[in-house]
Amino acid sequence: MQDAFEAALARWGDDPPANPGAWIFSTARNRAIDRLRRDRTLARKTELLARLQELEVTVEERGALPDERLELIFACCHPALDTEVRIPLALRLVCGLTTAEIARAFLVPEPTLAQRLVRAKRKIRTAGIPLRVPPEHLLPERLTSALAVLYLTFNEGYSAASGDSLVRPELCDEAIRLAKLLTALMPDEAEVLGLLALMLLQDSRRAARSGPDGELVLLDDQDRSLWDRERIDEGRRILERALSLRRSGRYQLQAAIAALHAEGAPGATDWRQIAALYGELARVAPSPVVELNRAVAVAMAGAPDDALTLLDRIEGLDEYHLLHATRADLLRRVGRDDEARAAYARAAGLARNAAERTFLERRLAAVSGVAGS
Amino acid sequence: MEYMLLIYDQPGRWGSLAEEERNAEYEEYFALSRELRERKALVSSNELEPESTATTVRVRNGALDLTDGPFAETKEAVGGYYVIDADSLDEAVEWAAKIPSARTGAVEVRPVVTHEAEVSA
Repeated sequence: MQDAFEAALARWGDDPPANPGAWIFSTARNRAIDRLRRDRTLARKTELLARLQELEVTVEERGALPDERLELIFACCHPALDTEVRIPLALRLVCGLTTAEIARAFLVPEPTLAQRLVRAKRKIRTAGIPLRVPPEHLLPERLTSALAVLYLTFNEGYSAASGDSLVRPELCDEAIRLAKLLTALMPDEAEVLGLLALMLLQDSRRAARSGPDGELVLLDDQDRSLWDRERIDEGRRILERALSLRRSGRYQLQAAIAALHAEGAPGATDWRQIAALYGELARVAPSPVVELNRAVAVAMAGAPDDALTLLDRIEGLDEYHLLHATRADLLRRVGRDDEARAAYARAAGLARNAAERTFLERRLAAVSGVAGS
Repeated sequence: MEYMLLIYDQPGRWGSLAEEERNAEYEEYFALSRELRERKALVSSNELEPESTATTVRVRNGALDLTDGPFAETKEAVGGYYVIDADSLDEAVEWAAKIPSARTGAVEVRPVVTHEAEVSA
């Protein structure tokens, strides 16, 4: 998401654009997760079985939909396991991420996380947490955790460390495959359909999303002929099915935003609708990141003052340089140059590498120059 | 797998119930025990006398030390237990949720350690 911000600010340009340079956030994450650097491939069946042995449980007789990974996900998300350990456990056991990688992603010391994982595995084994897709009467309540795990898996694949490659297709494919299994299992659960729609819509841009050097390519710059139209259509069909069930939720809202981006021509994105959807998302699944996305959408829809009001209400992103950079840019656009300068300076101070700092210092200089003339 | 279901509740609550309420609750316990027996899931169960009747035993340096009362004075005390046989934690939890005190207090579900010697028997 960071790259999207940076690139977006670069694209905003020095003059208030008549046709705002469009940029897109990838679907807002609920946590700020650092980019991981990975070399490993996703676990194959044999490795999965080895991990099952690690759990020292026997795989129960499979039901109508035999898939060990789905069973593992539900086991990892069992309510008898501490909330904090479910997603790390699933990432470890289902996706094969190392403890070190997961610890970094969740900003937890590695030994602490390792201990939690050991305890969780022991609990599954000793307390008899079943390795199976939950029976019908338990399924709905077990779903929330499972959906979160799938979404996180997809996101890991979708925005993998730049430098290697921006997208790790195996993780995305895996998450989509599991989501499809879930929809077959629960065809009338709106959010299950919503999550699948979201993944398909985002994944449709996979081929266009990274450049020859592995760098992020903005939505507006993407070669749309590389977009997988079938994926988009499939995603939209599934989203419509979800919406017809009239049980809104965070994944459907995010899918709707993704669908709007998918259908808008370059420079003609329906930002007002997107802003409205982010507003609803902020109600349903509030987070500072969603608020930030919403502010940006509001600004893109042509109301930078309103966007500034929204930005000023955000709590928890004070150390995030792009919050201040966004603010700075908006302040500049509405002519509050002194404040813009201060915000750019603040942003530059929080920048985490030379490239970010240079970029922001350049903006700062531009604002100072304008004010002087 | 065997699980012990430890039943915790406020000691004063039972006494504060009217007789019909107490009888109704006993009926629930009887029905539960009956169902457990029918499903071949009951290993053992007991109601315990109140914790004011308890004696706590410690032996330190060979010396016997008795105290009047339970091990720990807590807001909720163990009032009874079931030991059941269940296929998984989900099943054990389903049984635990049927215990009346789960509504007013809490039930701890603890897996029982199986020792090799007993398994072979």
